[in-house]
Amino acid sequence: MARVVVLGAGVSGHTAAAFLRKWLGWEHEVTVVSPQPDYNWIPSNIWVGVGLLRKEKVVFPLEPVYRKNEIDFKQARATALYPDGIDGSPQPMVEIEWTADGRAGVRERLPYDYLINATGPKLNFQATKGLGPGGNSLSVCTADHAEETARVFLELVARMKRGERKRFLIGTGHGSCTCEGAAFEYVVNLEFELRSHGVRDKADITFITNEYELGDLGIDGVHIRRGGYVTPSKIFTESLFAERGIESLTRAHVRAVEPGVAHYETLDGLRGEAPFDMAMLLPPFSGVGLKAYAADGKDITDAVFAPNGFMKVDADYRKKPYEDWKASDWPRFYQSPLYRNLFAVGIAFAPPHPISPVRTTADGVVISPAPPRTGMPSAMIGKAVAHSIVNMIKGGDRPSHSASLAEMGAACVASAGANPFTGTAASITVFPIVPDYERYPEYGRDVDRTFGEIGLAGHWIKILLHHMFLYKAHLWPGWSLIPE
Amino acid sequence: MNTNTTSKTAVEQAHNSWFYATKPTGATLFLRTFLPWQLWRFIAINLKMVGMIRMSHRSQRR
Repeated sequence: MARVVVLGAGVSGHTAAAFLRKWLGWEHEVTVVSPQPDYNWIPSNIWVGVGLLRKEKVVFPLEPVYRKNEIDFKQARATALYPDGIDGSPQPMVEIEWTADGRAGVRERLPYDYLINATGPKLNFQATKGLGPGGNSLSVCTADHAEETARVFLELVARMKRGERKRFLIGTGHGSCTCEGAAFEYVVNLEFELRSHGVRDKADITFITNEYELGDLGIDGVHIRRGGYVTPSKIFTESLFAERGIESLTRAHVRAVEPGVAHYETLDGLRGEAPFDMAMLLPPFSGVGLKAYAADGKDITDAVFAPNGFMKVDADYRKKPYEDWKASDWPRFYQSPLYRNLFAVGIAFAPPHPISPVRTTADGVVISPAPPRTGMPSAMIGKAVAHSIVNMIKGGDRPSHSASLAEMGAACVASAGANPFTGTAASITVFPIVPDYERYPEYGRDVDRTFGEIGLAGHWIKILLHHMFLYKAHLWPGWSLIPE
Repeated sequence: MNTNTTSKTAVEQAHNSWFYATKPTGATLFLRTFLPWQLWRFIAINLKMVGMIRMSHRSQRR
């Protein structure tokens, strides 16, 4: 009998746990540890944040799903790993602290044979003074954040209907943020909704971003063959903003957010202020702060985790200049180099370096996007690691399935306005996600497989994906037939 | 940042922040929500995406 513990129940962790349960015999145990009681289909938080969907449409309780599928669920956060065992026992352990009502604060150690770290990010609002809910700006990172953002947005819409003019500041709240795609989706959805409410002429909208150029999205942009040209995503994004009347501030690091004004600096050292009546600014991410200890109690966190708190896996972490970055730097199996039974998936693994070139101000402030690792790739990594663990439990000596971001493509649909007849979305495919300039010298990607188009069809696909992935996440009949 | 253009001359209004950006023509905008065209695009984009997903899944085995 083997016990597999999955820390986290986001896209990656939930996918891994579901496939482990499906592929492992009943004699094996699968345990999920998550501090939140609910699953959140995060891509649809955008629509919650503009008041189109209620929170209940993007979350559901995990416990009944796991109980039905015989996955042990513990509503707790992981605090420490003991991969060599503890107290004289060689049995690897993970320490958890319960968050569920009635047991909150209770600590427990769980033994494991294999462990998947899918803890996702810590939303590091503290990196920027005054950033985030509880500070002076809003977020759509969680369903609760999105619900609060919608409340503020709809209040402002009501005031605009009474004739007031309002300023919206949307984007990234720090120079090292990731998820520029989510910020892009939110700003174009917000603009669409302002038009739907008939108050667009009363709104000034500014997009502030750490991207060097619009459309970078943390993946160094994409090049798309269209209209007789191979065109960078910068052109398409600029075009959409021009069409929608959205101002943009690129290469910007938000230094502080005060009530009604964000202070920023740009790569060339200029400092400025962006006034707002509503600001939705995404935070940078860091690891959740898991610690690791050797059998003798020695703190080995620095060996197991990177300085940003994400877990080191089979990537090439040697410091290199951008010119020397290679596709082969990226991990294939997401296995810890120190412990063969320890894996990290989704946002929890430490990338070897960003995808977009790192740029800093003269004072050394980093203003460039961190690499995104959410959505389809995140789920595919979870599934590949589940496959590898199943094979290792059955006698394999090493991981059997890879999911390198430099070898896989991604299909993504970015909503640009939600309406069944007038809405649009940008449908994008990218291959590979991490550019491989040795295979594709000109653009780093296969331009025959990298594609982008905006239109109503994209919105229908987005709706379809929303329902399909929520169906899949419920583990309802046939769930495994729906691709990641 | 202010889109209020009431006090601007015609030249100033034209030379706004987006003067140098590529903008879609009326025909492009029309096609984006023209149902028969979008039904076809729905099928075509789905096929492209399914192809991408299948290819990415194939690359997984060691």
